[in-house]
Amino acid sequence: MTTITLRIAALSWRLRPRGVLVTVGGVLLLGLLMALNMRLGDIRLSVPEVIAATFDPSSAAHFVVMELRLPRALTGALVGAALALSGAIIQSIARNPLASPEILGVTNGASVLVVAGVVASGSAYGGASGLLSTLGIPALSLLGGLIGGALVYGLAWRRGLDGYRLVLVGIGVTAVFTNVKFWLLTVGDVNDTGRAMVWISGSLNGRGWEHVQPVALALAVLLPLTLLGTRSLDALRYGDDTVTALGVRTNLSRTLMILAAVLLAAVATASAGPIAFVALAAPQIALRLARSGQPPLLSSAAVGAVLTTGADLIARTAFPLELPVGIVTAVLGAPYLIHLIWRARK
Amino acid sequence: MRSTAVAPSPHGIRHRRLLVLLGLLAGLLLAVALSITLGSKPVPLADAWHALTAPSGTEHDIIIRSLRVPRTVLGVLAGLALGVAGALMQGHTRNPLADPGLLGVTQGAAFAMVASIILLGASSVLAYIWFGLAGALVASVAVFALGMTGGRGGPTPVTLALAGTAVSALLYALTSALVLLDEQAMDVFRFWQAGSIAARGSDVVWQVLPFILAGLVLALVNAPALNALSLGEDVARGLGQNIAMTRAVGVAAVTLLSGASVAACGALAFVGLIVPHLVRPLSGTDHRWLLPFSGLVGAVLLLVADVLGRVVAPPGELEVGVVLALIGAPFFIALVRRRKPVRL
Repeated sequence: MTTITLRIAALSWRLRPRGVLVTVGGVLLLGLLMALNMRLGDIRLSVPEVIAATFDPSSAAHFVVMELRLPRALTGALVGAALALSGAIIQSIARNPLASPEILGVTNGASVLVVAGVVASGSAYGGASGLLSTLGIPALSLLGGLIGGALVYGLAWRRGLDGYRLVLVGIGVTAVFTNVKFWLLTVGDVNDTGRAMVWISGSLNGRGWEHVQPVALALAVLLPLTLLGTRSLDALRYGDDTVTALGVRTNLSRTLMILAAVLLAAVATASAGPIAFVALAAPQIALRLARSGQPPLLSSAAVGAVLTTGADLIARTAFPLELPVGIVTAVLGAPYLIHLIWRARK
Repeated sequence: MRSTAVAPSPHGIRHRRLLVLLGLLAGLLLAVALSITLGSKPVPLADAWHALTAPSGTEHDIIIRSLRVPRTVLGVLAGLALGVAGALMQGHTRNPLADPGLLGVTQGAAFAMVASIILLGASSVLAYIWFGLAGALVASVAVFALGMTGGRGGPTPVTLALAGTAVSALLYALTSALVLLDEQAMDVFRFWQAGSIAARGSDVVWQVLPFILAGLVLALVNAPALNALSLGEDVARGLGQNIAMTRAVGVAAVTLLSGASVAACGALAFVGLIVPHLVRPLSGTDHRWLLPFSGLVGAVLLLVADVLGRVVAPPGELEVGVVLALIGAPFFIALVRRRKPVRL
């Protein structure tokens, strides 16, 4: 396939036309889905009404669009992009299409600490005590994600890092987190349990601008940094010996990239809860669409944003009761993972 | 073993296995005694014996007869069932990481039971145990299909563990969608998901007993054929084995054992995973010994974990499922770290 080389000063990237096409197409589709998201809901709006509401603060629908639907849609898109980017990095490093931040303990570590916070503070999440829900939950989630990621990474480290060991250790640690999470749920009041359950399923209900900002910031900083690291990521797939010979410091660059992936997933989880399977499926879909050897980072992010926004549209409008978006992504994503495993057998 | 020059005689092996069997039975007896006497209200052994043989309605008698005995019996049954089910799954999938909890069988039973509670109004264990069994059956067949087809190569332990994760995640998502709609089911589900053998009456024990007994019998019947199968399907076929039949009996046994224990106790992971690894050095790879030993060790492990959960945080209790995960996961991780993922 023809590639174009982009050079800025001493740095160079290879651009694959197909990859660019997938990214641009993904962004366009995302725009379309977000526009649909603006229109649909309890109050249906026409396109001119949405445009009017966006720019005219006196319009009746201004509040609905600018304070309810737009921040929610943006949170969904950004969280999807961050999760997919995180998944693409981890899959490249683990050299395993089946790896993802949820298997590496990041999202589950976050869930455990958040549930602990909700249970410990009594009737907490959902706005009852403001400080905890605006600051505490995201902070706990970030901390839990980092702890979970560090635990899996540390336990899987044995004279270097083996992709398969990483995945298996992740499955073991995740199992403990899951059990502790459910034990915590039995400790709390059933009403709190219900709220915690919505959160740990991954939900975009009632997300405001305060949920948009941290993910936007994390993406703004980490996306360029991870793109800078693509070169070493490309090299890492050839195995440690070859990579060292190519002049890449394997363990250092791998550790930095994993750190970026963990941060992205943890911040995304802080904003929307652990939305399942986006991080796993999006890079694989992007890889197939772009026909590249490794999950392409930018295209994965675009696909992740499209998936999450689409799933939220379904979760919001297709059922009599609004479901958490994470349930929709799990029901769509798990069969996809099973399909990947089925194919990998051959 | 027999091919090496210094192998012990068959007679010596049998002698050693009988000794191990006696040791395990003694261990189980000790665990039962601990489980009956220890708890938030310790009961002296003499009082416990008195309560069992000649009850006179004292406080200790009531505690022992209505709480501790059903709990202990259920622990023994579930431990037997899960230990044997784990050994069977590892034997059939030839995969050292197979476990009913990790491979999605538990979540299959959970989904079917929650669905029956919400959609059909099932309320007693007897009503939803059938649904639990049906769910466990579907999930076992799915996992076995993923785990055993693929000819000579077969899936690696990683692939199978991931398949289990995927199946579990799907079923879990469906289950949580259902419980989010129904607060009453949520209240049942959260306790169930944590996994516990406490506060189950003796009626629950009687209801799951036939299923577990049937499963144990099927497992033992399956053992010789499984030995032949572990030489490879071609060899087993050459020896006159009916492969499909052997597999079918194995799936049926796993379904009965894990489905029944899951219906009664909730999600108890890691028993089936750990136990066969502990037992193999004692029993060798002969499933006629591996299976019963796994059952006994499973029962001891479950009771000890339950007792630990009772005494670590008085006056409260830690659910046995949580204790098992805290014991089991380090074991799992050590297993994974020790070497590259192996095939059995």
